[in-house]
Amino acid sequence: MEEYSIFDMIGPIMVGPSSSHTAGAAKIAYIGYKILGEEVMEVTFTLHGSFASTYKGHGTDKALVGGIMGLLPDDENLKHAFDLAKEKNIVIGFKEGDLGNVHPNTVRIDLTGVTNKKINIIGSSIGAGKIKIINIGNIDIDFTGDYTTLITHHIDQPGIIAKITTILANSNINIAFMKVYRPSKGEMAVMLLETDENIPHSVIEEINKIEKMNSVQLIEKITG
Amino acid sequence: MNFSSGEELLAKAQELKHIYNVVMKYESHKSNKNEEDILDKLKLSWHIMQEAIQQGLDKETKGKGHMIGGEALKMKERYTHNNTICGNTMAKAISYGLSTMEVNACMGRIVACPTAGSSGVLPGILLMLKEEYEIPDEKIIKGLLTASGIGIIIGKNASLSGAEGGCQAEVGSASAMAAAAVVEIMGGTPAMALSASAIALQNLMGLICDPVAGLVEVPCQKRNAIGIANGLIASEMALAGIESVIPFDEVVHAMKEVSKLMPSMLRETAQGGIATTPTAKKFEKEIFSQR
Repeated sequence: MEEYSIFDMIGPIMVGPSSSHTAGAAKIAYIGYKILGEEVMEVTFTLHGSFASTYKGHGTDKALVGGIMGLLPDDENLKHAFDLAKEKNIVIGFKEGDLGNVHPNTVRIDLTGVTNKKINIIGSSIGAGKIKIINIGNIDIDFTGDYTTLITHHIDQPGIIAKITTILANSNINIAFMKVYRPSKGEMAVMLLETDENIPHSVIEEINKIEKMNSVQLIEKITG
Repeated sequence: MNFSSGEELLAKAQELKHIYNVVMKYESHKSNKNEEDILDKLKLSWHIMQEAIQQGLDKETKGKGHMIGGEALKMKERYTHNNTICGNTMAKAISYGLSTMEVNACMGRIVACPTAGSSGVLPGILLMLKEEYEIPDEKIIKGLLTASGIGIIIGKNASLSGAEGGCQAEVGSASAMAAAAVVEIMGGTPAMALSASAIALQNLMGLICDPVAGLVEVPCQKRNAIGIANGLIASEMALAGIESVIPFDEVVHAMKEVSKLMPSMLRETAQGGIATTPTAKKFEKEIFSQR
């Protein structure tokens, strides 16, 4: 059962025309931008289902392009996303594709950053502006962006998770949800922590210093 | 304070007198915010709702597909000259709904409630109530809380997405949300509010989502108008003491079942309904050849 806020019902405050196809799309792309953690140089969007059939009409394309530049769903600049992307020389590709047994409004985003860093994510826009990120870097995961979300990529070995949670506990940050994923034992694992409080930058830095920590990304709660 | 069904909401509302009190406690607990902050955020939403309506009434706003634009002004023309069949209250609410949808279509700023495709219903009805019945903003905000409670239950147990449930999930839900809000604002009981929502949802059950050229313009804009009329009719009946024979929760469940039976062609893919009529196809061709 979905956990709704009243601001999923009265909201989001957004630029039209479609909460699922415009606001939700912008939100997924924005999260992609945050996970990449740097400005985007190149992007390919693979659109599935209803996203594929109707994306042009709903401005889904503009919303996605705006999102990967860090624009939020209520930003009136979304309308001009293609012009803004052109100014930044971002190479943009759109294609249609079957992403499997997923929600009808699903997109895969392949991003390359200015330092040549690459990531890919898959997200679904599940209605009323709500979204779910279901895959990062080919690992199936599940989070909504409704909470402050910390994503760590680290080597799967004993003690690392304890170190992370200790740092959070020392900063009085309460973990609401926590999930760990790994392709197989001892490899690069992904951990998702959704917290009730905001996580200050100093805490992120501290977590980043943990040995065997590959990367730490913070996605602040998206309000609207 | 949590609730997942109409029955639970009603039981808690009987304790706290109004649905909006229950919803406020739910949100406060869920978001860890105090009531003041939540009210402030709702006030901002209400402000943006009214701003969007005004934007579409100030000048003709053409949608991206140029299929809609100027309808709100045409309706305004009728009620300003007291020349209406449905009465000025209905005509006014409709014009406000049309207006929001025009602004939405041209990527203007609106408040999704619950979705952008159904964003004309609740603001249209509430601004009409505010003006015609001199309802203070504080009371309108309570109406937004009541409406949210209904939306949350539909979202949890069925769907609010056209791609999943068709237009019944969007305009149908908006209409049910608005109906409950009207009942509480106009002094009805929580049970009456739930009856109004149940009636409103039943009346639009099975409504498909068939956007011409995939745009949120046709038939969406005018479907918002029927969502408004339907919401007002349902609340009028409920306030008169007419009950929904089928309880709200059962209607929501039925709606979910209907969603499952609805082929994807009729769920926002623009592959069925009026979206595949010859005229719709002509518009689709024209709109996309311009790009």
